Amino acid sequence: MRGLAVFISDIRNCKSKEAEVKRINKELANIRSKFKGDKALDGYSKKKYVCKLLFIFLLGHDIDFGHMEAVNLLSSNKYTEKQIGYLFISVLVNSNSDLISLINNGIKNDLASRNPTFMNLALHCIANVGSREMAEAFASQIPSILVAGDTMDSVKQSAALCLLRLNRTSPDLVPMGEWTARVVHLLNDQHLGVVTAATSLITTLAQKSPEDFRTSISLAVARLSRIVTSASIDLQDYTYYFVAAPWLSVKLLRLLQCYPPPEDAALRSRLTECLETILNKAQEPPKSKKVQHSNAKNAVLFEAIALIIHHDSEPTLLVRACNQLGQFLQHRETNLRYLALESMCTLASSEFSHEAVKTHIDTVINALKTERDVSVRQRAVDLLYAMCDRSNSKQIVAEMLSYLENADYSIREEIVLKVAILAEKYAVDYTWYVDTILNLIRIAGDHVSEEVWYRVIQIVINQDDVQGYAAKTVFEALQTPACHENLLKVGGYILGEFGNLIAGDPRSSPLVQFNLLHSKFHLCSVPTRALLLSAYIKFINLFPEVKPTIQDVLRSDSQLRNADVELQQRAIEYLRLSCIASTDILATVLEEMPPFPERESSILAKLKKKKGPGKVPDMDEARWNVNGNTEHSENTEPTNKSSPPSLVADLLPTNRPRPASYSPTILSAGNMAPSHPFTDLLNMNSSPAAGASLLVDVLFVCKNNGVIFENQLLQIGLKSEYRQNLGRIYVFYGNKTSSQFLSFSSSVTSSDTLKTHILPLLRLLLTDLSLNVHTMPVDPTVEGGAQLQQILNIECLSDFSDTPVLNVQFRYGGTLQNIAVKLPVMLNKFFQPTEMTSEDFFQRWKQLGVPQQEVQTIFKAQHPMDTDVTNAKILGFGVALLSGVDPNPANFVGAGVIHTKNTQVGCLLRLEPNPQAEMYRLTLRTSRESVSQRLCDLLSEQF
Amino acid sequence: MLLTFTDCKIRFLLLFSRQGKLRLQKWFTPMTEREKKKITRDMTTMVLSRQPRSCNFLHWKDLKIIYKRYASLYFCLAIENGENELIALEVIHRYVELLDKYFGNVCELDIIFNFEKAYFILDEFLMGGEIQETSKQMVNRSIEASDMLQEGDNSEWFELELFG
Repeated sequence: MRGLAVFISDIRNCKSKEAEVKRINKELANIRSKFKGDKALDGYSKKKYVCKLLFIFLLGHDIDFGHMEAVNLLSSNKYTEKQIGYLFISVLVNSNSDLISLINNGIKNDLASRNPTFMNLALHCIANVGSREMAEAFASQIPSILVAGDTMDSVKQSAALCLLRLNRTSPDLVPMGEWTARVVHLLNDQHLGVVTAATSLITTLAQKSPEDFRTSISLAVARLSRIVTSASIDLQDYTYYFVAAPWLSVKLLRLLQCYPPPEDAALRSRLTECLETILNKAQEPPKSKKVQHSNAKNAVLFEAIALIIHHDSEPTLLVRACNQLGQFLQHRETNLRYLALESMCTLASSEFSHEAVKTHIDTVINALKTERDVSVRQRAVDLLYAMCDRSNSKQIVAEMLSYLENADYSIREEIVLKVAILAEKYAVDYTWYVDTILNLIRIAGDHVSEEVWYRVIQIVINQDDVQGYAAKTVFEALQTPACHENLLKVGGYILGEFGNLIAGDPRSSPLVQFNLLHSKFHLCSVPTRALLLSAYIKFINLFPEVKPTIQDVLRSDSQLRNADVELQQRAIEYLRLSCIASTDILATVLEEMPPFPERESSILAKLKKKKGPGKVPDMDEARWNVNGNTEHSENTEPTNKSSPPSLVADLLPTNRPRPASYSPTILSAGNMAPSHPFTDLLNMNSSPAAGASLLVDVLFVCKNNGVIFENQLLQIGLKSEYRQNLGRIYVFYGNKTSSQFLSFSSSVTSSDTLKTHILPLLRLLLTDLSLNVHTMPVDPTVEGGAQLQQILNIECLSDFSDTPVLNVQFRYGGTLQNIAVKLPVMLNKFFQPTEMTSEDFFQRWKQLGVPQQEVQTIFKAQHPMDTDVTNAKILGFGVALLSGVDPNPANFVGAGVIHTKNTQVGCLLRLEPNPQAEMYRLTLRTSRESVSQRLCDLLSEQF
Repeated sequence: MLLTFTDCKIRFLLLFSRQGKLRLQKWFTPMTEREKKKITRDMTTMVLSRQPRSCNFLHWKDLKIIYKRYASLYFCLAIENGENELIALEVIHRYVELLDKYFGNVCELDIIFNFEKAYFILDEFLMGGEIQETSKQMVNRSIEASDMLQEGDNSEWFELELFG
């Protein structure tokens, strides 16, 4: 296309932006007239002009015409014209264009053409645009293209990835079907390109419905094993710089990360062998000096380590992984040092390798001091934070503090937060904690956010034994000439509360304290001055002898006539209060602050928010929940759960006079502590591991309420109630962030349509859902910190064994979030308990004597064998617990009726614990074989 | 295992010059033009300000940025957190190799004047944010095949239509 080349060089020769715009406008006018002209354009010209428009667009200019001509190119028989048409569409057409139906038509013809090149173009276009309308038009067709026997390999690859894309954008339109089993077998395909594309697809599908793709584990292990043990020449062009199929290896290792370690012993040992081989290869001399060789080799190694960490079950592998990463910590390649620091963060959370990680502390501290690249130093900070425990906390906090003095401004605030958290978490005595925080303020006062100084005040107020020390220390710190304003805030607050504890010393007599604070008053901002005024009125209560001095200050024009309304109001009100109130009233009103309720540290919340999703290593939270706050919580008074969990409430005692508008900064701090109203409402203590869908299944068999999903952004909670064959689920979506979720929507899908007998149930779920979404506006937004409620109505038509999936979609910060989580709707939810006598029970037990009606299983206890817990679980399962039926009182016997729309299925069960062997035997008899089996499966996982 | 899915493993690929001129942009998730421009600006300033011999990875929002410089061009790839950085670095390298193989000693000008080709080659290599074909031979073969169709102008498929 000569014309295009000429145009491009014209643009490049333009000396100024104006000249460029002029040249472009000229070209646009030319193209417009060509498109509008009477003479029909031939395909070549059309292609050329469309290509020019594309170029102009990519330069950053708007294009408002030419779309139609591009769409016309799709129906050209000439490959290059078609190709340019598709390129234009994939770059310029957004998903809600009104041209979609015309484009769809072009795609349809190309998909039907049986010409692989054309089919690939069409599939690419679907994947690129990925709009809902396209998904609706083609989602059903692509699986058949993918698994058809006569499809060319290259088309299979495109079809697999196209399907993957549609599954991510419109999961409801890509139902599982008979193709799923055949897709799994693509892992055996001869063509490694097909295997690579299929592995990507299977990984995504397996994340959403692990059960349906469980068979992929063995195939993936087998494939991986063949690659890992192959001589590098075997895979021909799939060998990359002497590394056998690195991309495929990484993908297979990722697929395996969707599952726990294989249960089958042979398979498990084969996988372990693969992982060992990969670790061994890292020790071999490189086959090439090229960086590509080592990158590809280490990419596989890091992914293998990620799998080892994910499994978290083989101590030898974990320790080997840790040693390997330890070597990388001192590697001359910056990239490897960076990645080693990053991976070690996750290793630090495993109990098997935590100690091994800690041995590298000196190297990591050294990295903090010597790395030239700030992003590497940042990873070192993260790792120090992750490896910190009681044994090394003093060293790590000291090192981080000393690094802070020279740290890059971009990461200072984060380091401050981390130091503050570690200092609190591992404080054995609180004097160390107070010293550390004051040091933080001294070194990096500007980067100490409000959460940090609020927190030190909360802790000082809650810890009697540190109050005197804190008062003394802040008093001393305030004497440095240029102390930071944040120190003044802490100092003002603490002296206002506990100044009396040091007032006996003439060097810190009441008047000295007051003069010290007031000498800095005029240099600080309005919020700090407001806080100091409150400290002064507290002084009046603590030290009657300074009352006249303080009243003089309050009475001065600079206070009473202050231009700032807040300050003026405080001065007037405090002055008035001090004049008219009796000592008793003053003492009551200005009493010492009551202890703060215990809760998650607001600093931790801030760090999580700052780091964004996925950046605070999970172990932080896990450990925090386990160990956090334990040292001091025992000394504090019982916490008051019903108090509003915001900082405003914390810092403002209710028994203290306060102007209607309190200090503006303090008020705004309320946003910083996101509250999760419904967590408390439902009073749920379920583990945060609810994110794993498998666990949800098991956890929620015997209970109806709880959190089924939680990540940094969103929490999904459920309350459900069932009556006979009907159920109602209240789903609560809590926005944990402080910004809006846009385009929030949810849907319920089946993860398996193969089993036709459960289809009616799920269809009903879907239709009911669309009828009963009461609280969802058309284009809903969920405000930061807010909660959305949705009601799902469910009817059980016949017995089923599949679990529906709740798909949630929303935009957060410009990216689309898709969350799929299993809804805990199981067959046992439709139980009605039935009480009966011993005679009745045995009579019915005998009636259900056909072999198919009984299912029995013997299994090992997963939990301690506690009678009360077992009782509760059986009741939670939905049956009535019958006492005095079984001759052996240690056994449990239950009865109930499963209600479905069409039938009722009576059910009897008996659970025999054997504490010596730590085994159970569970026997179920129902009138229907499938029901017996399903209930048996559900219940046997509970003990 | 968190069940959070976002759109793509690879979110976008940008090629820009040392002067910050954008030479190629590929977005694997739908985004408004505004967002694209904002991201492009962020990426160029961030990557161009990096010291030489720094590591090739950056954290940016909830993504990882993998970048590498080849002569006058920066290749900048955004992947999801938790994805493999080193293999992403080799995605860039493989793409450079493919361009090199096609253009023969590829330089920035080749990509400026044949931007559509650069896109076609990328499409053969990546799709929907996933790697489609890792074999250099395979990708080259399909590029060559489509070039043959171009040279011949009237492809056999065209004739089939005529006579069929």
